[in-house]
Amino acid sequence: MSELTNKEIGEKGCCDIVEISGLSKWYGDFHALKDINLKVKEGEIIVVCGPSGSGKSTLIRCVNFLEKFQEGSIVVDGTELTDDVKKIRQVRSEVSMVFQHFNLFPHLSIINNLTLAPIWVHNETKQEAREKALKLLDRVGIKDQAEKYPNQLSGGQQQRVAIARALCTSPKIMLFDEPTSALDPEMISEVLDVMVELAKEGITMLCVTHEMGFAKKVADRVIFMDEGQVIEQNTPDKFFENPESERLQLFLDQILTQ
Amino acid sequence: MAIYSLKQTKQPPQSQTKATLWLKENLFSSISNAALTFVALYVIYLLLPPILNWTIFDANFDLTADNQSCGREGACWSFVNANFKMFIYGFYPENELWRVNTMFGIIAALVVFGSLIKASQYRAQYIIGSFLIYPVVAFFLLYGGLGLEVVETDKWGGLTLTVVVAAVGIIASFPLGILFALGRQSEMRVVKFISVVYIEFVRGVPLITILFMASVVLPLFFSAGMDFDKLLRALIGITLFQTAYIAEVIRGGLQAIPKGQYEAADAAGLSFMQKTILIILPQALKISIPNIVGSFIALFKDTTLLLIIGLFDMLAIVGAASSNSNWLGRETEGYVFVAMVIWVILYSMSRYSKRLEVRFSTEHK
Repeated sequence: MSELTNKEIGEKGCCDIVEISGLSKWYGDFHALKDINLKVKEGEIIVVCGPSGSGKSTLIRCVNFLEKFQEGSIVVDGTELTDDVKKIRQVRSEVSMVFQHFNLFPHLSIINNLTLAPIWVHNETKQEAREKALKLLDRVGIKDQAEKYPNQLSGGQQQRVAIARALCTSPKIMLFDEPTSALDPEMISEVLDVMVELAKEGITMLCVTHEMGFAKKVADRVIFMDEGQVIEQNTPDKFFENPESERLQLFLDQILTQ
Repeated sequence: MAIYSLKQTKQPPQSQTKATLWLKENLFSSISNAALTFVALYVIYLLLPPILNWTIFDANFDLTADNQSCGREGACWSFVNANFKMFIYGFYPENELWRVNTMFGIIAALVVFGSLIKASQYRAQYIIGSFLIYPVVAFFLLYGGLGLEVVETDKWGGLTLTVVVAAVGIIASFPLGILFALGRQSEMRVVKFISVVYIEFVRGVPLITILFMASVVLPLFFSAGMDFDKLLRALIGITLFQTAYIAEVIRGGLQAIPKGQYEAADAAGLSFMQKTILIILPQALKISIPNIVGSFIALFKDTTLLLIIGLFDMLAIVGAASSNSNWLGRETEGYVFVAMVIWVILYSMSRYSKRLEVRFSTEHK
């Protein structure tokens, strides 16, 4: 695992917005994450890939403390994650997450799904939150569905709503946990298009995904994980053209020959 | 290689009329089904004529008839007429009955007005306000005080008592049940332990035992002057009992909420209270509506057990009325009447729960 210089990563911001050092996590006796060290610069787009069970989802779920960890530290935008509820909420108000299964709130209409966190967590007025939400829905192309309920939308539409919901709180960091894995093939591109647009706007993104086309197009850095460790990380060009480790070569062969 | 053009959409073929199709699919779909249909028809043939004869054809509908002139072949409905006030109001003083009627009238008015403001943004405030203020008003009307003559609770009875006990049990046990359900799910060990012990203890004891405890055993612990109202003790017993059941029903709803909902709420930065009130409970309660109403229906029926501690609910009143020497041997009419009244109330509750389910459904709007 080689440290990359600023130049290789590109000219993204000066400061580390996420600092993960010595992170270890166990599920019972199972060692799920083994001594992970990772720094993410402001505005950086990072794609994490690897075989299932490699700990990639667990890793990004640690960043907003959906998973507790036993060793190491995570500092997000200057706030260290501990058991302190205030600090956890502080971090979560700056970090938004998009889930594999969308996890929209089925009892709320689309517009209320979007305005919930701005109103209750960020103390915005209903009017402000609503206007912003409608703009975001417009941006992901489903403004006319605002008054419907999640179950009335297709999977692709639901995931776009989930992305809009995540953006509604103007987060500094977006976490994507396999956002296209639960979608029908013909709906994947509509979600990826939204994510590409987002990446171009300079928001910091941490994506767990198997969409290598997406990684090649927008990622600043691609990370390969296996058995709870970071095996290799590189710029997309080098990552796909000259994979150094054998395991990554095997992994790429498998997913690219599909 | 072949290319196919899109086909037209058509109506389904209609070979049979709707009625015969329905009969064939529902009553005669197989030999065993047809056999069951005939057995059912035979049972109806056996039961229906005697029931109709007793209640209608041989019955005496002369509402002024007395026990002798009524005849013995069919029902004597003048018994119900003569004792109607007792069935509804128990032993409530004759010239204070307007207070009970006002109480029922306000309920009706609240329900009607509530359904009129369905779309209003003040609906939630209206409902919560009604639930907070109405019990106070109802208590003032029934019990008296502040200028109204005091009617002690041992005068309350009949349908009035049944409704009061069921309503208090329902309104008080619902929020308590939610708290205990959340307590049982809590990560705080002490809270969880207390909730589990309470729920499992109460569910392991029959309601009769709890009513006995409340009415006979509890006073032993108080000094002579401190004795408090028998009805109040029964209400506390019933509320404690119902709370445990409601808590379990709601816990079932809580467990049906996918983990992703908790995670999405957490990830959005909601606090525990916000998450619980805005995301988890609305969904859990929605799922639980049929079971919650089922539990309330069971409670309504359980109010008949009040007889055991000497309170006269509607069923017990029938026994009292038919032991009057003027009306000996007419309890059947009274019980049939009471059964009809209770059935109407409970069936309405059940239909109302169906309507709630449809209204809260976000699946197919």
